[in-house]
Amino acid sequence: MADLIRCTAAETAAAIASGEVSAVEVAQAHLDRINAVDEKVHAFLHVDTDGALAAARSVDARRAAGEELGPLAGVPLALKDVFTTKGVPTTAGSKMLEGWRPPYDATLTRRLKEAGVVILGKTNMDEFAMGSSTENSAYGPTGNPWDLSRIPGGSGGGSAAALAAYEAPLAIGTDTGGSIRQPGAVTGTVGVKPTYGSVSRYGLIAFSSSLDQGGPCARTVLDAALLHEAIAGHDPMDSTSIDAPVPAVVAAARQADVKGMRVGVVKEFGGEGYQAGVMQRFHESVELLRSLGAEIVEISCPSFTYALPAYYLIAPSECSSNLARFDAMRYGLRVGDNGARSAEEVTALTREAGFGPEVKRRIMLGTYALSSGYYDAYYGSAQKVRTLITRDFDRAFGDVDVLISPTTPTTAFPIGERADDPMAMYLADLCTIPSNLAGNAAMSVPCGLAPEDNLPVGLQIIAPALADDRLYRVGAAVEAALNDKWGHPLLEEAPAL
Amino acid sequence: MSVIDLVPYEEALASYDPVMGLEVHVELGTKTKMFCGCATVPGAEPNSQVCPTCLGLPGSLPVVNAIGVESAIRIGLALNCEIAEWCRFARKNYFYPDMPKNFQTSQYDEPIAFNGYLDVELEDGEVFRVEIERAHMEEDTGKSTHVGGATGRIHGAEYSLLDYNRAGIPLIEIVTKPIVGAGDRAPEVARAYVAELRELIRALGVSEARMDMGQMRCDVNLSLMPKGADKFGTRSETKNVNSLRSVERAARFEIQRHAAVLNEGGKIVQETRHFHEDNGTTTSGRIKEEAEDYRYFPEPDLVPVAPAREWVEQLRGELPELPRLRRQRLQSEWGISAVEMQSALNAGAIDLILATIDAGAPADQARKWWLGELARRANEDGVELAELPITPAQVARVSALVAEGKLTDKLARQVIEGVLAGEGEPDEVVAKRGLAVVSDDSALGDAIDAALAAQPDVADKIRSGKFAAAGALVGAVMKATRGQADAARVKELIFEKLGVTPE
Repeated sequence: MADLIRCTAAETAAAIASGEVSAVEVAQAHLDRINAVDEKVHAFLHVDTDGALAAARSVDARRAAGEELGPLAGVPLALKDVFTTKGVPTTAGSKMLEGWRPPYDATLTRRLKEAGVVILGKTNMDEFAMGSSTENSAYGPTGNPWDLSRIPGGSGGGSAAALAAYEAPLAIGTDTGGSIRQPGAVTGTVGVKPTYGSVSRYGLIAFSSSLDQGGPCARTVLDAALLHEAIAGHDPMDSTSIDAPVPAVVAAARQADVKGMRVGVVKEFGGEGYQAGVMQRFHESVELLRSLGAEIVEISCPSFTYALPAYYLIAPSECSSNLARFDAMRYGLRVGDNGARSAEEVTALTREAGFGPEVKRRIMLGTYALSSGYYDAYYGSAQKVRTLITRDFDRAFGDVDVLISPTTPTTAFPIGERADDPMAMYLADLCTIPSNLAGNAAMSVPCGLAPEDNLPVGLQIIAPALADDRLYRVGAAVEAALNDKWGHPLLEEAPAL
Repeated sequence: MSVIDLVPYEEALASYDPVMGLEVHVELGTKTKMFCGCATVPGAEPNSQVCPTCLGLPGSLPVVNAIGVESAIRIGLALNCEIAEWCRFARKNYFYPDMPKNFQTSQYDEPIAFNGYLDVELEDGEVFRVEIERAHMEEDTGKSTHVGGATGRIHGAEYSLLDYNRAGIPLIEIVTKPIVGAGDRAPEVARAYVAELRELIRALGVSEARMDMGQMRCDVNLSLMPKGADKFGTRSETKNVNSLRSVERAARFEIQRHAAVLNEGGKIVQETRHFHEDNGTTTSGRIKEEAEDYRYFPEPDLVPVAPAREWVEQLRGELPELPRLRRQRLQSEWGISAVEMQSALNAGAIDLILATIDAGAPADQARKWWLGELARRANEDGVELAELPITPAQVARVSALVAEGKLTDKLARQVIEGVLAGEGEPDEVVAKRGLAVVSDDSALGDAIDAALAAQPDVADKIRSGKFAAAGALVGAVMKATRGQADAARVKELIFEKLGVTPE
């Protein structure tokens, strides 16, 4: 085990299981890496050194006692700071929750712990997962390890950057409009938004309840699959959790074969606003899939044009209600409580001070969209569009096994470039949003560097709800073929930090 | 608007027709809360029955209590409602410190039950049908205690204490359609409706529906329209009226107040009002300048509720006998009048009487004790009949002791007093207080001999056939035995001793 931080999760788990290396050594190597580079990258908001080492020691003890370890036991992971961790700070990237230590673990956190996964710490994110660049974090931006002056995507930029900077082999993200896939695309890593309802949202600090979905982030498709199986599955604490078996994604990732699959190219994604190098790599991916034995079909999904406006009504509407609980009464920030002010005044002052501008913008948008007299025109219409988009998908999946598109129209843009232009920022999620609205499964897998800026491009693969395994079959096939072509994984082309 | 300007009630009703809408919240008696597994034990230490979900902690999620849904359906069925085949929860968004999420998980345009009615019986036996608009499920808020300040309300308070034990307790809100045509009986209809609803809820076993404990709370919406008009006037909403008597008084007061405002050419302000138990008046609360915008939308954290038809029919088949029908049956079984039945209902005595009968007492005796001595005591102590520290079994035992001649009515009242004072079972009280009727002949013998010796002239009168004179001797014996003697037996013994046999 020459370089512990560069191993895949699968390799690391195998090495720990065989005794070649201890979980504590692995954890320490990653903590050292974080110490060495995170000042520059700023992927983490909180590093839980003691907790990580204790978890690693426990894995080593269980192994020493002859216990059978799970497939990810002892593997370090970077957890997006939107999942609650008992006793460990959880901020959702907001000042509102600075210093809050939740009294309970999210179901996902609990499952990771039960799998013996070593949680290194909590990663940076756009405040309450609202954003596509991680610039909306109240704790400062994260740098893209490919070019620290550029954004790592968002909202889960911290998790993606931690993978690309070799601070962790695994990470968790949440995807409401693309917050796993878009950061994956712009950092040259793998990100999966599982079928809505397959990963419990209990303990996931809500942005938009009907869209939020936790999911795996990794440097390889197989690692993502291993993590997917560890976190997915029915949870009685989440009413929207699906009571169905988790698709065999690990087996699918190992299968890595697209022969005979019908792959649909979404006609609506491409053209104006798409970077030439992104489209070039995307077209090469289409040809690659054809050469691997897939049948390529062009598919039209006309309602996708309305996905972005529908999303920007539904997500803010839900968030305006979800974020109402931050009122300074029970936890988190409290501003202006001088003994004379009323509770109402303290709530108002706290929300004024505690929420950043993007969060306020969305709360106001949502409050307006749900208002009496506007509800039908805005929220109501958006729900209809949502139904139309679902029908487009249903029609498409009647014909093809998966759909593909670029994950995001451009490569990583410079920090600050779109900070004052919300509309430009929102366009980063153009291709990813339809899957959130329909609740199906989607993945971003690296497909090369754009020639004009040498930055990673992501290929998006979309599968029907509960057919997440198809993502892994296609993603692993593309990954294997490209690694073969390049002679190494794409990330190895990233500059040293 | 001050109290003195009120229009006399009859005068108000001569010019206007009242229209009422009643909104009743019932706290279900489920063991756990509506959307989490927290306990619902009343009177627990503040904030001891809470979890991430009912505290609204970030990341927490609701899960629907199946018993809550079942209770809602049973209430809906008992109110002759249609039961939705598919309905959703909705979020009602507004800020208040005792509401953990700053939205209430409720139902909006898809209530679980709708379009029903409840027939209520007025004092004179007239039946009035109250139409039900809907019954829907929601969660209660936490409880604020505002400390300092004059009113006990949040404005002007020095500080407030928040107890979230109540947050998330299941509530069923039952809303009537506008109640028109009740005329001067509107306040009585309001009271009878709430009373009947309370009986119904108790019969279903879904809640104890104790108004004094906030398990059942009533909002009285009222407006007046000029006689003969068909367009409703502007309404006032009198909130949280928490006894049957108050419901009637609040409606009555608002009729008089509205009439006074309208007579002077004024306009009724659409507002919430607070009812004051002490003087029966209402005062202005929050003015609703425009309809409050709760920004309702379907609750995305919960899946729709789709009760299977078979299940609904099964629940319908398992409904208990409904209270009004049961009262009709009991009335004929007990052979009493409608008015007598109504007073038993108003006193909350029906189940107690039934339980006492089950414990062996004759129906008339059971009614006599609960509606007489015990009702008087409950009234004096300001508690509900059921709250008195005496059980139907104990009342039945007292009744049996009287029937056996071991107690007189007067002594029985003392035994009941002893039981209420915590002195133990009826038999223990009899023993401890020495209350048994003295019918033991030898024990009475001495007292009778003494009485005869003291009043030889009376003895002579009796011997001469003036049997009525025996009363004086019986009185003396009763006095000597401090009232514990069996008067009839004393009289017999006197005649026996004097060797006479009265006709």
